Amino acid sequence: MTHRLTLEQVRLSLQHRALVELDATIGPGEVLTIMGPSGSGKSSLLAWVAGFLNPVFTVSGRVRLDGCDITRLPAEQRRIGLLFQDAMLFPHLSVEGNLRFGMPRHTPDKAARIQTALEEIGLPGFGDRDPATLSGGQQARVALMRLLLSDPCAVLLDEPFSKLDAHLRHEMRQLVFGHLHRAKLPSLLVTHDREDAADAAGRVIELTN
Amino acid sequence: MRSIFTLATLMVATLLAGPSMAAPAPDDWKTVLSEARGQTVYWNAWGGDVRTNDYIDWVNRQVQAKYGVDVVHVKVDDTGVAVSRVLAEQTAGNRRDGSVDLIWLNGENFAAMREHDLLFGPFARHLPNFSLTYPEHNPEVVTDFTLPTDGYESPWGKAQITFYYDSARIASPPRSIEAILDWARHHPGRFTYPRIPDFTGSTFLKQALLSLTANPEPLYAPVEESDFESVTAPLWDYLEALHPHLWRDGRQFPANGPAMRRLMADGELDLAFTFNPSEPAAAVDDFELPPMTRSYVLDGGTLGNVHFVAIPANSPHKAGAMVVANFLLSPRAQAHKQDITVWGDRTVLDVTRLDDPARKAFAATSDNPALPPRGALQTTLPEPHPSWMTALQEEWRKRYIRE
Amino acid sequence: MAVLPAFGYLPALGGQALSLTPWQDLLAQPGLARSVILSFTTGLVTTAVSVVVVLLFLAGVAGTRLDRWIQRLVSPLLSVPHAAAAFGLAFLIAPSGLIARFVSPGLTGWERPPDWQIVQDPWGISLMAGLILKELPFLLLMSLAMLPQLDPVRRTQMARSLGYHPTLAWLKVVTPALYPLIRLPIFAVIAYASSVVDVAMILGPTMPPTLAVSILSWFHDPDLSRRFMASAGALLQLGVTAMALLTWWMLERGIRYLGYRWVMNGHRRRGDAMLRNTGKILILLATLTAFIGLGSLALNSAAGFWHFPDLLPQGFTPRHWQHALPELSVSLITTLVVAIISTLAALILVLAALENEQRTGRRPSEARLQSAQGLLYLPLIVPQIAFLFGLAVVLESLGIRIPSVMVVFGHLLFVLPYVFLALSEAYRRFDPRWLHLAASLGTSQNAAFWRIRFPMLLGPILTAIAVGLAISIGLYLPTQLLGAGRLPTVTTEAVALAAGGSRRIIGVWALTQACLPLLGFILALGLPRLLWARRQGMKGTL
Repeated sequence: MTHRLTLEQVRLSLQHRALVELDATIGPGEVLTIMGPSGSGKSSLLAWVAGFLNPVFTVSGRVRLDGCDITRLPAEQRRIGLLFQDAMLFPHLSVEGNLRFGMPRHTPDKAARIQTALEEIGLPGFGDRDPATLSGGQQARVALMRLLLSDPCAVLLDEPFSKLDAHLRHEMRQLVFGHLHRAKLPSLLVTHDREDAADAAGRVIELTN
Repeated sequence: MRSIFTLATLMVATLLAGPSMAAPAPDDWKTVLSEARGQTVYWNAWGGDVRTNDYIDWVNRQVQAKYGVDVVHVKVDDTGVAVSRVLAEQTAGNRRDGSVDLIWLNGENFAAMREHDLLFGPFARHLPNFSLTYPEHNPEVVTDFTLPTDGYESPWGKAQITFYYDSARIASPPRSIEAILDWARHHPGRFTYPRIPDFTGSTFLKQALLSLTANPEPLYAPVEESDFESVTAPLWDYLEALHPHLWRDGRQFPANGPAMRRLMADGELDLAFTFNPSEPAAAVDDFELPPMTRSYVLDGGTLGNVHFVAIPANSPHKAGAMVVANFLLSPRAQAHKQDITVWGDRTVLDVTRLDDPARKAFAATSDNPALPPRGALQTTLPEPHPSWMTALQEEWRKRYIRE
Repeated sequence: MAVLPAFGYLPALGGQALSLTPWQDLLAQPGLARSVILSFTTGLVTTAVSVVVVLLFLAGVAGTRLDRWIQRLVSPLLSVPHAAAAFGLAFLIAPSGLIARFVSPGLTGWERPPDWQIVQDPWGISLMAGLILKELPFLLLMSLAMLPQLDPVRRTQMARSLGYHPTLAWLKVVTPALYPLIRLPIFAVIAYASSVVDVAMILGPTMPPTLAVSILSWFHDPDLSRRFMASAGALLQLGVTAMALLTWWMLERGIRYLGYRWVMNGHRRRGDAMLRNTGKILILLATLTAFIGLGSLALNSAAGFWHFPDLLPQGFTPRHWQHALPELSVSLITTLVVAIISTLAALILVLAALENEQRTGRRPSEARLQSAQGLLYLPLIVPQIAFLFGLAVVLESLGIRIPSVMVVFGHLLFVLPYVFLALSEAYRRFDPRWLHLAASLGTSQNAAFWRIRFPMLLGPILTAIAVGLAISIGLYLPTQLLGAGRLPTVTTEAVALAAGGSRRIIGVWALTQACLPLLGFILALGLPRLLWARRQGMKGTL
């Protein structure tokens, strides 16, 4: 199953001032990077695609996922996954609980998949742990697995590496982009870090103020 | 807006409807009894005394077993609360389905409710046990602060001003109003009276006025008929002289009788008084007052009155309420109530005229030393007209509340 | 509903024409001016002292063991009903009270209590002291709830790096941001302190008493025509409370101007230690006073005869408790049922309102939302006695005569604003990314509420429940007036029995009254700790 995310003649503006104008299609396994300084509207663009843009912004254009218009769909029905700069593991759930939270209801053999996933990120046996006791890098890896296990059709990345230590950053990029590529997911990355863009190895669009 | 409109409509409807009477005829006692069965009577009564509360609870169990009537004691801290309630209901046009079925009251509260047609009646004379009070010989059971009760309330107990002191500290307490002034001069700060308009405090003013005035007669007619200033002059002179020697130099007063009792318990006062002759003895039993507490009545007697129960006009359980009022007048209930170990509230029945077995129930006397000596409560001064109470309260407040 | 009778209209009492007579009667009352001034100053002074002490204390908090200990002691005080705290204080400071007994006869030579006017002093000092005991914990907890969003640690560190001493740094950089957030609770305190009835009856001046106490006595006067005057008085009370709020608002502007210059004047060290210690000492004093007062209630509830100047009773007896037990158990159940139903109803309404506000993206500053909230806080600001008499008449005329329904409804009106106050900040502060994340994982809004927001906000929600329960348990007038007295709660029974003046009985009931909401608080603090014992990430939210 391969997916394709299309942003069709998107124009995002705040108080009649255009911030972002974009028309692009992201193919399976491809990462489109959007770069720009803060305030350039890149995070708002991401929020709009995900389905919870603050109503002070006005947007024209469409989002299509595999050809279907999802512009008006509520966020939870879009099947678009998110990674933030914080891992944002739910503090009241265990590591396993976090992974399980995102999995579609009728996923067969959840426990086994969780176990495999934890092994894949080098955290076997961490299922029962309190997320707060994990290191920053470990949390980021769990967050990635939570995203992948939720079986999304596309992924949005909001400066996902900016809070990690420098030596972890490159390693995490490899891990994340590797997984996204293998899962053949179209991804939209916003960042102001050139190295992110370089490691993503896809098209780069620069926004200016 | 809409609710205000509804309310206004209801108020108008109330005015037009006039009084309604959905009650059993009190003279048909059999019907009253059968109608009462299964009713729940909400009795609004002062709930500040554990013994009284226990007695009302006993009444509930009795009438439940005997007549199938449930009594729920709605404890109020002030009878005015219950009067307010009936008033609020009447204001809203609730003429049949009120929340108060029986109310413990006397004096001012009765006069006020009567004046505003908030009471059901006449019913008292039709209660079978009422005849045991022999009203023709005991006018106090049909007069409340000089006003005829007209059968709108039924008597159930008697109170009389009783003084008490700690005999371990005081050898001979003052036995008249004049002697109190003298005593206070020698014991500064050890006597006071409850703050007006408290009931017990106001009674002290009346007691003092009755003792000081040469001619008490005008006090038994409405205050408008006499010259208030000249009649009450001796009282104000007396208070002017007394106040500097009172507790807190007469600049502060306890809120009510119970607060005064607490000051006795703390050793702040040496002499106090109450409207309930058995209260000091009960307080000794409850470890509140010192064990050597003794009670007495002033020479020449003190003010006393009868307290009553009445039925609000909008009570939905009038039959049940009448059954309870009648039970309260039974020799059994009256004797139980007079027992000092129960409550110690004196009977309104004319014991001398009762038949032998009934009389015997009252014969059991207590030798509790904190009770007033036997016979002390024989001389009871009748209450003045209620208008005097109000007038005295107004004048007192004018004189002693700081601007 | 107090308006019509205030102008002479109350058909049941024969008042069928509008007139100004009630106002003339009211103005002719001896001591009225003094009553009004008392209510006004009590409202302002109580609030001012409480606010200053809370701010000084918070500024001086340095995370020492003493600080944590004080904070832990203060929170349960919020649950102690005002009347119970007032009784405790009265027995502590009275000439025959615990303090006098402690120093007698050894130091003073007193064999008898001195004839001093301490409790119910004519200036209302003991009344204000009693109110401060209760308002301190309220304002402190409200401030603590608001503080995290201001990140006071970072702010203070910044100021300290510029050479400011810690307490001054806090006062200069955190206070100006904190104040607007606790303004509403402060207004509630002003309104409450200027119209309080029960505390004023126990500790307040008597000749004349405060305005609210006078009004209550007129409402209960056997002379029914005084109800007109009482209604006029209730309107006057409304005016006095409004004046106190207005005065505070003007003081606020003045202080903002002066305070701005103070913040800017550059002093970095002057008086730091003094400020820090003042706050700490005062709050410690207040807390200990409240606890000793409660301890004295406990002593009283089991005391045999207690002679002055003995520090302890001559003996102890279980009979006061034994005697009260049957009545206690009945009213305990009613109390709990009413408290739980009204609190849960309030919680559901508040959660629904906040969730709706969040989903529709409304800002709290929107005019419509603000006026809706103003309405919500009305029961806190309008004097209870006037409000409830009117409410009773309205409900009555709508034909709602089921006492239990009316009582729960009345409680709901008073519980609602406090639950809202306790919960809204935490709710609005909740990081929306959690919900975005949940949605991106395919969770619907409703499911996200139950699976994410609710468990993550469990701490604040339970605190709000505890506050709601405490408020409901402490309510007297609404229970009494709306329930026609047919639903005896611990509080109505306590007040009725307090009329009998026995300190032993008062001790039993006041202690029960104080302990009941305390249980709620222990649950509120303990339950999340138990549930999230293995979730460190949840600690910050409690």
